[in-house]
Amino acid sequence: MAIAKVNGVEVEFEPGMTVLQVAELAGEEIPRFCYHERLSIAGNCRMCLVEVKPGPPKPQASCALPAAEGQEIFTNTPMVKKAREGVMEFLLINHPLDCPICDQGGECDLQDQAVGYGRDDSRYDENKRAVEEKAMGPLIKTVMTRCIQCTRCVRFITEVAGSPEIGLISRGEDVEITTYLGAAVTSELSANVIDLCPVGALTSKPYAFEARPWELKKTESIDVMDALGSSIRVDGRANAVLRVLPRINEEVNEEWISDKTRYAVDGLQRQRLDRPYVRVDGKLKPATWAEAFAAVSAKIKATAPERIGVIAGDLQDAESLKATKDLFTALGVKNLDARQDGAALGAGPRESWLFNSTIAGIEDADVVLFVGSNPRLEAPVLNARFRKQWIAGKTRFGVIGEQADLTFDYDYLGAGAKTLSGLAKAKNDFVAALKAAERPAIIIGQGAIARADGAAILKAAAGLAKTFNVVREGWNGWNVLHTAAARVAGLDLGFVPAEGGLAAGDMLKPGAVDVLFLLGADECESAASDAFKIYLGTHGDAGAHKADVILPGAAYTEKNGLYVNTEGRVQMGKRAVFPKGEAKEDWSILRALSETLGHKLPYDSLDQLRAKLFADHPTFGQIDFAPGSVPTVFDLAGIGGEGEATDAPFESPVKAFHLTNPIARASVTMAECAANVSAASKIAAE
Amino acid sequence: MSAPIHSIRKARVMVGILEDKDRIFTNLYGLQDWGLEGAKARGCWNGTKDILDAGRDWIIENMKNSGLRGRGGAGFSTGLKWSFMPKEVKEGRPHYLVVNADESEPGTCKDREIMRHDPHLLIEGCLIASRAMLAHACYIYIRGEYVFERERLEAAIKQAYEAKLVGKNNVHGWDFDIYVHHGAGAYICGEETALLESLEGKKGQPRLKPPFPAGAGLYGMPTTVNNVESIAVAGTILRRGASWFAGFGRQNNAGTKLFCVSGHVNLPCNVEEAMSIPFRQLMEDHCGGIRGGWGNLKAVIPGGSSVPMIPAEQCEDLPMDFDALRNLKSGLGTAAVIVMDKSTDLVRAIARLSYFYKHESCGQCTPCREGTGWMWRVMERMATGEADPKEIDTLLDVTTQVEGHTICALGDAAAWPIQGLFRHFRHEVEERIASYRSGRLHVQGAKLIAAE
Repeated sequence: MAIAKVNGVEVEFEPGMTVLQVAELAGEEIPRFCYHERLSIAGNCRMCLVEVKPGPPKPQASCALPAAEGQEIFTNTPMVKKAREGVMEFLLINHPLDCPICDQGGECDLQDQAVGYGRDDSRYDENKRAVEEKAMGPLIKTVMTRCIQCTRCVRFITEVAGSPEIGLISRGEDVEITTYLGAAVTSELSANVIDLCPVGALTSKPYAFEARPWELKKTESIDVMDALGSSIRVDGRANAVLRVLPRINEEVNEEWISDKTRYAVDGLQRQRLDRPYVRVDGKLKPATWAEAFAAVSAKIKATAPERIGVIAGDLQDAESLKATKDLFTALGVKNLDARQDGAALGAGPRESWLFNSTIAGIEDADVVLFVGSNPRLEAPVLNARFRKQWIAGKTRFGVIGEQADLTFDYDYLGAGAKTLSGLAKAKNDFVAALKAAERPAIIIGQGAIARADGAAILKAAAGLAKTFNVVREGWNGWNVLHTAAARVAGLDLGFVPAEGGLAAGDMLKPGAVDVLFLLGADECESAASDAFKIYLGTHGDAGAHKADVILPGAAYTEKNGLYVNTEGRVQMGKRAVFPKGEAKEDWSILRALSETLGHKLPYDSLDQLRAKLFADHPTFGQIDFAPGSVPTVFDLAGIGGEGEATDAPFESPVKAFHLTNPIARASVTMAECAANVSAASKIAAE
Repeated sequence: MSAPIHSIRKARVMVGILEDKDRIFTNLYGLQDWGLEGAKARGCWNGTKDILDAGRDWIIENMKNSGLRGRGGAGFSTGLKWSFMPKEVKEGRPHYLVVNADESEPGTCKDREIMRHDPHLLIEGCLIASRAMLAHACYIYIRGEYVFERERLEAAIKQAYEAKLVGKNNVHGWDFDIYVHHGAGAYICGEETALLESLEGKKGQPRLKPPFPAGAGLYGMPTTVNNVESIAVAGTILRRGASWFAGFGRQNNAGTKLFCVSGHVNLPCNVEEAMSIPFRQLMEDHCGGIRGGWGNLKAVIPGGSSVPMIPAEQCEDLPMDFDALRNLKSGLGTAAVIVMDKSTDLVRAIARLSYFYKHESCGQCTPCREGTGWMWRVMERMATGEADPKEIDTLLDVTTQVEGHTICALGDAAAWPIQGLFRHFRHEVEERIASYRSGRLHVQGAKLIAAE
């Protein structure tokens, strides 16, 4: 530890810190625009100027200056005050000062710092500069006259997102931020530039002129668009969710979220099931809750338990899964499945379906092998971590599966199971590196195991993991990357077929069951089944279209619920707004239904339900704990099943990134993004 | 008018201080063969191997002792700069020499003449400097507009390769490759770190320092960036000895220097002279005197457009060197002397320079990007007299807000000419504003070119 003085007060700091960081350690606020902890240092806004001794007799940019032992840093001298006022004045002379009509108002760094560090008036009498608007696609609205050229957006899209689509062109006072040839930005993380923009130059297009920040009710919650469970803040007004912003969570999403997480929420206002429906004469007719329950219980009571199937969807909270499982187990139903896609997981120890290295811990891996996974589409925020490792030159990557653009370089090893099983004996550079690795990791995607021969492939992967000693003392490199937010909770609950029960794929076959209970299950071929279908969910999507009874439930922003992410971390989502219309929270629907079925569930409140959940499945009580953070050695031998692996190439389950769940499919914004991406890829293909 | 000037030159046998035998650039005017044969005849490439064999420490020690200060404008000791390079080449971290031939400072044209007429001095200097800093590769970044100079330099390099003076396994025993990179003509690429960015294929924007190029320069490797003249004189200095070079000029301002005199003199010229030559002697011996006589001198910009001007009364006994000019709050810069006689509209002249800096600002950092445009617009109104008298102080305050607050020195360079103008000729601006106002009613909304 070294010591420096900040305004005369001694501060201890880690060598390698910048003057700005040391000043912050001392509790001094340093204004800044271009500096951002997670981006490279540009040093171009000059707002962070401080006086440093020893040093030249002029103020120094503290963001870029390494702190040194014995340095004296001053942040409150006349020189610093004058420098800040000067920079602030320069930033404002060509700024339109249109705060009253600017969406950034109330959360604008320029506004705040102008008040804190600027002059009281302007001395600039010349005409102001105007800059043409740029088209950046359906998410990013530009008012480029407001831009202060801090280049945070350029650095983010180049360094973190890894698709260098935004840049700074021209020079001098004519510099402009623009996209390459004016094309729309296609990165899955693109909208983070809106958060990064310290002024109102890049604002949110779907949210334009919707609300002022102080009008919004802010709820800290958890995202369900992918299996990462990113920390989000849901901003709502009245009964509508207006926007989603990322929260800082170093363990999961750092401070980024994907475009889907941020912008699928307009889908919460559309295609909603806001009242129960019952199919009468082939048509869905609005019904009361009592009528709907009567129809459901009449059918279920008249059906033998082995002719009833239950499939849970990808966005469900753990409580609704628990209530469903309790109810149907009490009815004697064995056909339960939370794996719509038929992933060959759920047998064996809990570690076998977790991302054991943990999301933050994967940064320690030195060699990573992807098996049937495209992390860029399946978990874009996690992909940014891989890119970060790659830039640091710490990690080598190999891929078996799709040869997609992952924003980092990798060794392409092959397309399918043949490569996987032959890898142990293969002689190539990557295999040598994997052998020599100290912390090797294998990442199994759903593209490899959510198929008929998934169990055999999983077994082959486990064999490979054993060969390369991926699970060892102090390091667990066996990682399953899920795509569904509810999947790990379902597996943890044992929401899988009981002894002799049918799996999801079998239940859906015509004639397999007489009653199909779909708990928000929209990603399976339920239309093919000829069973009586009960759909409990939020959107008029695949599951509801062919349903005989519809029970309207609550979306993730409308209920308190627990979610378990791909690394097994239990996280608590909070209700931001109330369910739509007559819709109810899922667990309470099940509780009411259980009473009409004569098998009353033993809980009357969410707290009681949670108590039962924690008692039956203690892992759910460990809120915010990632089990992989304490590496445990487990036996890989039990993973997977017998069978012959076919030669079909692994394909990522995520084909259209923006359209993977009913909320996203109901979203206009996501539809625009999807059209934008497919148009871009078409042009690129030409 | 032209006939008498020629007679002035022809009539003199000896002008100035420097004798012909002590000139380094003996073909400055291109009167002889620029090629390898001619260069060898003038002493270039003579004993180069002995210099290289003397080793790194000997070269650097002698460069330090010669008192050579960098000729690119900042005047930092060249030998000391070379000594900042790591003493050993680490595995995978080659050293580079980069020669800054992006000579774009208004008024400066010395490197151009070196590359045109004495290119082998530069090539030899590159080899010696590379030996001193343990570099095996040298890049010469040449200004975009210098097409002819590039061709001449490339031809000279070809000659040197063919004669095995440079290249792999050359006669000097120090493997050495030399590459010429042609810039695209941006002034900012003459700033050393912007030059490195441009050389790497990126947009020419200065880097933050630290790290300094000697630690992490071109492609992140240890690099030294030197001006053409600093490198080109190295061979002769080491051949003739540090003390020979140190014998010219005042203490701490040693050596000979190329002066580029332009403006209102009878015979604008490039001339190699001893440092510290009195300004008046420089004018009268080499430039045929000030147009209209010494008394007609109004002001001088002594070191390229970036340095503040000095008025005629300070030029009387002025030695042209770094320290003397710094004491006058100006600078020797590149020794590009811009002479202005009493016919000059100084305000208009500085407004034009302000436009230059506004045009050449890279736009990376705030004070320069916004400040250069602001200063230019106010200067334009000052030039017509439309400005308000109280704007003078505002403008000066703005210059101090740009100066020293930017990433590179372009902000300083934009601020200094304006400060120089007001330091010595504030009354002219005030008179102009007053006469503008008395001549007619103060009309609001007077038209501005700058506003468009």
